[in-house]
Amino acid sequence: MTAFLLRRLIQAAAVVLVMSLLVFLGVFAVGDPVEILISPEADQFERERAVKALGLDLPLWQQYLVFLGNALQGDLGRSFVFNEPALKLILERMPATLELAIGATIAALVIGLPLGLYAGLRPNGALSKGIMATSILGFSLPTFWVGLMLIMVFAVQLGWLPSTGRGETVTILGTRWSFLTSDGIAHLIMPALNLALFKISLVIRLTRAGVRETMLMDYVKFARAKGLSPARVTFVHVFKNILIPVVTVVGLEFGGTIAFSVVTESVFAWPGMGKLIIDSINVLDRPVMVAYLMMIVLLFITINLVVDLTYSLLDPRVRLEGKQ
Amino acid sequence: MSAPTLEVRNLRTHFFTRGGVVKAVDDVSFTVEAGKVMGLVGESGSGKTVTGFSIIGLVDPPGRIAGGQILFKGRDLATLPEAEMRGLRGNRIAMIFQDPMMTLNPVLRIDTQMIETVQAHEKVSREEARQRARDALGQVGIPSPDERLKAYPHQFSGGMRQRVAIAIALLHKPDVIVADEPTTALDVTIQGQILAEAQKLCAQFGTALVWITHDLSVVAGLADDIAVMYAGKVVESGPVAQVLDAPLHPYTLGLIGSVPSRNKRGEALRQIPGMTPSLLNLPAGCAFRSRCPRAEPGCAEPPPMAEYRPGQHARCIHPHQEAVAA
Repeated sequence: MTAFLLRRLIQAAAVVLVMSLLVFLGVFAVGDPVEILISPEADQFERERAVKALGLDLPLWQQYLVFLGNALQGDLGRSFVFNEPALKLILERMPATLELAIGATIAALVIGLPLGLYAGLRPNGALSKGIMATSILGFSLPTFWVGLMLIMVFAVQLGWLPSTGRGETVTILGTRWSFLTSDGIAHLIMPALNLALFKISLVIRLTRAGVRETMLMDYVKFARAKGLSPARVTFVHVFKNILIPVVTVVGLEFGGTIAFSVVTESVFAWPGMGKLIIDSINVLDRPVMVAYLMMIVLLFITINLVVDLTYSLLDPRVRLEGKQ
Repeated sequence: MSAPTLEVRNLRTHFFTRGGVVKAVDDVSFTVEAGKVMGLVGESGSGKTVTGFSIIGLVDPPGRIAGGQILFKGRDLATLPEAEMRGLRGNRIAMIFQDPMMTLNPVLRIDTQMIETVQAHEKVSREEARQRARDALGQVGIPSPDERLKAYPHQFSGGMRQRVAIAIALLHKPDVIVADEPTTALDVTIQGQILAEAQKLCAQFGTALVWITHDLSVVAGLADDIAVMYAGKVVESGPVAQVLDAPLHPYTLGLIGSVPSRNKRGEALRQIPGMTPSLLNLPAGCAFRSRCPRAEPGCAEPPPMAEYRPGQHARCIHPHQEAVAA
């Protein structure tokens, strides 16, 4: 187990290093922030001073080394625009995005698992076919469009739910959370569902496929031959087996959900990291872009590790292999 | 005299598929008394497994019992409501499956899988159920049952897993055990141990055992009676020694002839020519006649089951009544 963790950490460090290089080069290629940041009326002297202050006068490789040296000390640079540490800006907005992503994941599981289970147990029922057909829509409709439709129907026409922002928040341990107030939850419902749409479809399809496959296994028939109730067979014998693929995929998807919340956050004006990164790209705020991308890389690595560990909790066969 | 433990009468289990009706079990009858072993023998696809699942009430759609009776101590299981059937399943009637690698749920510990079986039929505490599970493991010869209870199936060998499956089947000391080729997937030595175990336990508890197999040598040593199935029908039945020593039906004779050890060394191995017919469009009359060396025009009529020797029945119009030198 320790060896496994150690190996994973070394791999993670290598991935972070390579990603930092790619991110740095990529961001450099997007454009020169000086043109945007410095007023056109500034004279040559002011301009040079600004460039020097931002550290943009050094050659690229030196900029990278400076960045790397600072990053190792936990400093990912200061935002050109806000003149605050980029990391602080991102961490301030991270709870909003995490809240949205967790809300979406919970929605995906709460809605997707029962529907998938039903569709798997009654593959030929009319309702099951309806569920499966709808799930294809969930896969193929673009997120931003569905978001706009949600706003049009539930916010504009019916007036049931608010369309923008986080609503009332409660501060816990220095961060603000929406899900603890009823107003905050009302604000959370639409963006979370919007973000969850793709995942719901994914969970439905995974669950259905898993149930269909597992139901044919001898151990399910044997469980029935033992005289167990259908509920016990379904919810213990079948369910625990299908959780393995579902947890893996939903877990790995979680990183993607955070990354793709950019679209949903923009549509619903949700003040999370996604909105920050879009704004930063518009003004070429390099440190924020780099810091955001590095955070996403770290998130993905952490999530993958957590998924691997959870997987071994669910599947005893994996656990044993780890020990040998 | 009271009713026999298990009596199957004219059982018909059909599968209603798009391609037509598959008569997997078509008129099967046999009786098993308490403490006796019935060997149900046949090739793959002869309907022996479906017969087993019919007895325990686990025939899945599109299949269903289309006719006949399964009398368990006089009660007809074929028409029993599912809730009552579930009360019997795993309790009075247990089943052991063919592949021990597949019968235990890989993500649940052995104790979970055993305790749930106890608690499905009796209101006992978890501790008591665990105790029962431990005793059952001990009975089938699993060393240090306390530790083994906490293990997962993948930590057991095939033979051990089959012992666990047998222990689960024995938890409620059932009246009937249907064993569907439980030793086919095992080594010969393990096979012998499991057979001896099964025989001992059945004699001990007075369990009626239906042993489904394609292996005549297993039946020869274990069973009291035998029923040979071909294409969904019992073609010959009777006391095991009598049927194996002097088979009436040409198919039984062919089956016995196919056992490699009965062939002379250096000779080509004997086999039954041809293939089992598709159950979707069985020829009218005797299903075996296209492969039968004794076929004659009269075989196009369905042959009746008739008693040719005391207790020995065959579904054939020209049985081997003369002594056969096999």
